[in-house]
Amino acid sequence: MHLELTDKDQALLDGDDGPLGRFAMNIVVRAAGIAGAPWLADVSFAHIDACHYYGTAHLDFVRRFAEASARFPVPVWTNTIPVSLRRPENRADAGARFNEEAREVARLYGEIGCRPVWTCAPYQIPGGPGFGDQIIGSESNAVAYYNSVVGARTNKYGDFLDVCAAYVGRVPFSGLHTDEGRRATVEFDLTGLPEEVRRTEMFCHVLGHLVGAHAGSRVPLITGLPDDTPKDSLKGISAAVAASGGVAMFHAVGVTPEAPDRQAALQGRDADEIIVVSPDMVRASWQSLSPASDGPLDMVALGTPHFSVSEFERLARLVDGRAVHPDVTFYVSTSRFVEQIAKEKGFLRPIAEAGIDVLVDTCTYFSPAVRNCRGRVMTNSAKWAYYAPGMLSVEVVFGSMEDCVLSATTGEVRRETATAPGKFWDV
Amino acid sequence: MSGQSITRIQTTVLTPGSASAELLVLDEALSFWGGFDPVNGTILDRHHSQAGRSVSGRIIVMPSSRGSAGTPAGVAESIRLNTGPVAIILRHRDINIAIGAMVANELYGTSVPVLTAGEIEYQQLIDGLHAEIATDGTVQITG
Repeated sequence: MHLELTDKDQALLDGDDGPLGRFAMNIVVRAAGIAGAPWLADVSFAHIDACHYYGTAHLDFVRRFAEASARFPVPVWTNTIPVSLRRPENRADAGARFNEEAREVARLYGEIGCRPVWTCAPYQIPGGPGFGDQIIGSESNAVAYYNSVVGARTNKYGDFLDVCAAYVGRVPFSGLHTDEGRRATVEFDLTGLPEEVRRTEMFCHVLGHLVGAHAGSRVPLITGLPDDTPKDSLKGISAAVAASGGVAMFHAVGVTPEAPDRQAALQGRDADEIIVVSPDMVRASWQSLSPASDGPLDMVALGTPHFSVSEFERLARLVDGRAVHPDVTFYVSTSRFVEQIAKEKGFLRPIAEAGIDVLVDTCTYFSPAVRNCRGRVMTNSAKWAYYAPGMLSVEVVFGSMEDCVLSATTGEVRRETATAPGKFWDV
Repeated sequence: MSGQSITRIQTTVLTPGSASAELLVLDEALSFWGGFDPVNGTILDRHHSQAGRSVSGRIIVMPSSRGSAGTPAGVAESIRLNTGPVAIILRHRDINIAIGAMVANELYGTSVPVLTAGEIEYQQLIDGLHAEIATDGTVQITG
């Protein structure tokens, strides 16, 4: 398809703004060609992943921007990084060069004007994009959440393209930026499941895992999710559908803004496929996330994606007056922004007193304690449960936040609140 | 040479360049971030049927990449370290792989061509055969 460029686009491509503008626009134009986009669209916001150091190429890339004293035309917020800037010892395992370069990459993105939020859940911070805004997203759960829950519009932009597109403020107009690209094509019907189960956060994570695995990269429509499904549960679905599948947007009837009813999400057409979700499918999905047997617990990992203020409130209430078992390490990952609010609201004190470690800027995948952990880890996150066995030498138990806290305090896996025998999850 | 045949196919160029090397056909998509170690060029993903194999110096043939945002960085880092493939031929268009190669070309001046092949052409790309890629996307396969 022919790509129609504006005079300004063409001028950048011709190098009128210097070599950096030409390079950045060249990358965006190439992406547009591959995507088959007819033209480029303006964006109003970006959340970039290229700040997440992986090797020296990341540093060499951002240096080009820093050396040119680059500034972005739109607000640019940053994803998590592999180190916690506040705790230099955090990644001692990775060596001096890794730590120095990772911190330098982070510093340079700050220097060129990015807002250093270092979070995979930027949607928890006020001042971000709103309904209908064209944006640049990169981290997979944030892309799914912005598209689905906020109603902002983004494809999933990989490293470098995210920064280049933000620098020129333009994206290929294709995929989820367009109305047509946002049409649901596969429907998941939950109405045959018990309502009390559908109301739980744990169910939402398991559902996301199931939907992602079946939907692949299609846009799914979920019918039967309660109207008042909380944001934390929608975060869980967003993370899980993007982990087990390539889902970058979902609709939930009566819950997400572009699905006031089925027909709106389907844009007046029929779904290509309708999957009636049975209790057995849900239990099988949960089992695939939770392969470890019961027994002594080594660690609990919460906060993937980053913990919200409301999750801190719930956790503070759950742990109040109890202590984590001495054999258990308990991590919560979050952003500095949310941590500060949780602190002001008094939620952090009981959490710290219980012996729980709050980690900012990063994710527990990248923490040395997790790296060294060889054992049984419990999480309430389907995304963590999906990725951890591949990235770390751990066995995963997936359960509700309540069961995670109960297990942490007793030192062994307990499934009493949500997964006790005789209840829905019992298999 | 007796017993050798030469097949020529036309592909679509996503990132231009030339290369001459042995084909490594991957049975399934590879994630260049998380599933691949750019330091030594081997496949890490323990779920991948070819885990442990090195892609260094090969022309990788695979359906597509698996979708982490870090994919372009994994591609670029392996090109920087000379541990990566010398070319990548895909069945499906893949922005992340193409951008990784483009950025590495800009930063390090190394051209790793990224191509897409149609279904019939893709079937001609057989593991272990030698291939030569020209800048116009023509691939000559010997074997």
